[in-house]
Amino acid sequence: MIGSLSISERQTGLVLAIGLALFGLVMAAAAKQGPMAVHGAMALALGVALIFAIGGVFYDADAPAGRAGRYYDEPTRFGIVMALTWAAIGMGVGVWVAALLYWPEATPLWSWTSFGRLRPVHTTGVIFGFGGNALIATSFHVLQRTSRARLADAVSPWVVLIGFNLFCAWAVTGYLMGSTQSKEYAEAEWYADLWLVVIWVVYFAIYLRTLARRNEPHIYVANWYYLAFILVVAMLHIVNNLALPVSLAGAKSFTIWAGVQDAMVQWWYGHNAVAFLMTAGFLGMLYYFLPVRAGRPIWSYRLSIVSFWGITFFYLWVGSHHLHYTALPHWVQTLGMTFSVMLLVPSWASAGNAIATLNGAWHKVRDDATLRFMFVAAVFYGLSTFEGSFLAIRPVNSLSHYTDWTVGHVHSGTLGWLAMVSFGAIYTLVPQLSGREAMAWPRAVEWHFWLAVTGTLIYVVAMWNAGITQGLMWRTYDANGALAYSFLQSVAAMAPYYLLRTIGGALFLSGAILCALNTRATLRAAPADAAASDRPLQPVAAE
Amino acid sequence: MLKLHYNLEKVSLGMVAAIIVAALIGGAVEIAPLFTIDETVAIPDDLRPHTPLELAGREIYMREGCYACHSQMVRALADEIDRYGPYSLAGESAYDHPMLWGSKRTGPDLARLGDKYSDDWHVVHLADPRSVVPASIMPAYPWLTTSLDTENLSAQLATLARLGVPYSDEMIANAMRDALAQSRPDSDGAADVAARYGESVAIRAFDGNSSRLTEMDALVAYLQSLGTLTKAAHETLAPEATQ
Repeated sequence: MIGSLSISERQTGLVLAIGLALFGLVMAAAAKQGPMAVHGAMALALGVALIFAIGGVFYDADAPAGRAGRYYDEPTRFGIVMALTWAAIGMGVGVWVAALLYWPEATPLWSWTSFGRLRPVHTTGVIFGFGGNALIATSFHVLQRTSRARLADAVSPWVVLIGFNLFCAWAVTGYLMGSTQSKEYAEAEWYADLWLVVIWVVYFAIYLRTLARRNEPHIYVANWYYLAFILVVAMLHIVNNLALPVSLAGAKSFTIWAGVQDAMVQWWYGHNAVAFLMTAGFLGMLYYFLPVRAGRPIWSYRLSIVSFWGITFFYLWVGSHHLHYTALPHWVQTLGMTFSVMLLVPSWASAGNAIATLNGAWHKVRDDATLRFMFVAAVFYGLSTFEGSFLAIRPVNSLSHYTDWTVGHVHSGTLGWLAMVSFGAIYTLVPQLSGREAMAWPRAVEWHFWLAVTGTLIYVVAMWNAGITQGLMWRTYDANGALAYSFLQSVAAMAPYYLLRTIGGALFLSGAILCALNTRATLRAAPADAAASDRPLQPVAAE
Repeated sequence: MLKLHYNLEKVSLGMVAAIIVAALIGGAVEIAPLFTIDETVAIPDDLRPHTPLELAGREIYMREGCYACHSQMVRALADEIDRYGPYSLAGESAYDHPMLWGSKRTGPDLARLGDKYSDDWHVVHLADPRSVVPASIMPAYPWLTTSLDTENLSAQLATLARLGVPYSDEMIANAMRDALAQSRPDSDGAADVAARYGESVAIRAFDGNSSRLTEMDALVAYLQSLGTLTKAAHETLAPEATQ
C-alpha cells in the first residue's frame, strides 16, 4: 500500500502522521479525563501506528516508474474493507438493539451496553461507517474511470479515508462513554465535527483537482451526484453542528440553536443527510455501476438531468415534514409537505431511468446476482421514495409519526436500496481490483442476495404492521368517548413484530458478513501485484 | 435548456456553483424566518430556565439516549391532548439547547410528565422498570446511584447564558451550591434556590436520601420539571376545554 508512494509522498505522510500523534497528545493532555482524553489517546495511537507503518518502508525503492499510467486503486480497496468492517459492526449492533426491544434484559447491566447508547452506534456505524466508506471508496473509483485520469494526488485520498474513519471511531466510542450532542444522526461532539470539516475540505479538493485533469470533456452524471453529496453534506453538517463548547478542554458543548429553531435545523439536516449522503451519493454509485455491469448505456440523458436538479433543489425543502402538527409554524409544514410530494417526480425519474437501462440486459439480471442487487436497489428506491412522499402528507403523518412505520420506511430505503446498491458495487469492484473475473466464492453472492432480500422484506413488513397498529391503537376511542387503549397495551402488541424484525435484521446481517468474508477471500487470493487492467487515457503531469 | 446543461457539465466549478445555489434556496426560505425568533415565537412571561440540578438531569437524559424512545412534543391532535395533556407550544422549549422533541414513541411522550408520578415511583422505575410496570420494555439504569458530578455546572450555565438563556451572574456563580441545595430541603441554600428560580421549583430529596447527591436526584428532578417550566400551555388550552 505505502510502497507505491513516492519518497517525497512518504515524507509528507510521515509529517502528517507525526502531526496527528502530536495533535492527539495535546488533546489528551488538555482534557486530562473523560471522552475527549480517550479520543486524544486514540488519535495518538493511530498517529504512532502510522509513523511505524510509513517508517518501515521509508527507505524502500521509489515508486514504480509507470505509476502515472495507472489508476490509483489502493484507497478504494482500503475503503471497501473499512465499509464492510463497519457494516458488520453497525448492522451487528442494529440486530442487538432490535433484540433488546423484545428481550429488554438481554444486555449486561453496564451503562455502555444500554439501548440508548448502542442505538446511535448502530445509526452512525451504518450511515457513516458503512455508507460513508462505501461512498468515498466508490467515488474515487468512479471519478478516475469517468475522467479517464489518475487521482490528482496520492497522499490526500489516505487523509480522507483514515481521517473519516477516525471520526467514525470517535463518534461511536463517544456514545458508549455517554458523550453525545443528542442531535439525531449528528450525535458526535464538537471536536469530532470540526475534524470532519477538515477531512471534507481535503476530499472536495482531491475531487476537483482530479476533475480538472480529466480527459473527457463532459463530467459524467455519477460525478454530479458525488459532487452534490460532498458539497451539501458539508453545508448541512456545518450549520447543524454549530455549537459552543463549555470548555476547549472538554467534550461537552451546547448547540447554538434552541427550541423550534433547533428542531427545524435538525430536520433540515436530518432529512437532507438522507438526501445527500444516503440518496445522492448512492445514485452516483447506481449511475456508474449499473450501466457498467449491465453493459448498457444509461437509458435517458435528459431524464438524468431532470432528476439530478429536481433532487438537488426539492430535497432541501422537505425536512419540515418531520414536524407535522408540532409547534413548528404551519406554513413551513405545508411547504415541506408540498415539496415532499413533488419530490416523487425526480425520484421516480431516477428509478425509472435505472430500470429502463436494463432493457436488453434482463437475461443478465436473471443470471447475475450482482446486477440483481442493483436492480432490486432501484426497485426499493422507487418504493421507498413513494412511501416517503406518502408519509409526508400531513394527515397520513398524523397516524405514522412517532410509530415504527417510520422505522420500517427508513429500513426499506437503507436495507433495500442503499445497502443493495453498495453490495452490487462491491461485487463489481472487488474482482476487478483483484485482477480477476469473479469473486472467490461466486455462489456466496447468490446466497447473500436471497438473504438480503428475505431479511429486508421480513423487516419492512413487520414494521409496517407494527407502525399502523400502534398509530391506530393510540387514536382509537371507545363508545364512551374515552381512549380505548392504554399506551402499555400498544407496547405489548409490538412484541411479535419486534421479534420478526430481529429475525429479518439477523438474516440481512448474515448476508453482509458473508459478503465481508467473500471479499476477504477474493482480496487474499489476488497476487501481490494484482491491479485493475484498465488504464487512464494518457498520463498527465501534475498541475 | 439542454444545450445550456450540455455546456454547464463541462465546467466543474460551474456545476459546483449551480449545486450550491439550488441547494441553498429551500433551506433559506424555511430556516431564515426562524431567525426572527423573537417575533415568531412568543416566549411565555412565566417561563423559567432549568435549575442547575435539572440541567444536570437533562444531560443524563441525553447521555442515556432517552430521546431515542421518548418524545417531548404533544401534537395538536385530539387523542394526544386526551392522552398526554395540552399540546406543546414553541415557547416552552425556547431555552432548550438542543430541543428534545424526539421522533419516536417506543415509550410514551414525556412533555407533560412533571408531577404525574411520585419521586419514589421514578426512582424504582428507573432502577428496575419491570418491578412497577411488568409489561415495560425500558432498560434498567442501576448506575444512576453514582454521585453527581457538579464540577462543570457553573461553566455550563455560563455557556448557556452566552447563547441567550436568562441565567444571571448570581445563578452562574452559585450553580454547584444550588444543585446540592435543591435536593436538601432543610439546608440553608434551599431558600436561595426558590428565590432564584421561583417558588414553583421542586425542592426535595428526589432519590429519598438527602445526604448524598446522585445522578438519580438530577434525573428525577429533570423529569419532574417537564411541562412545569411555564403554565402557558395549560392556559392556552383552558378556554377550549371549557367550551
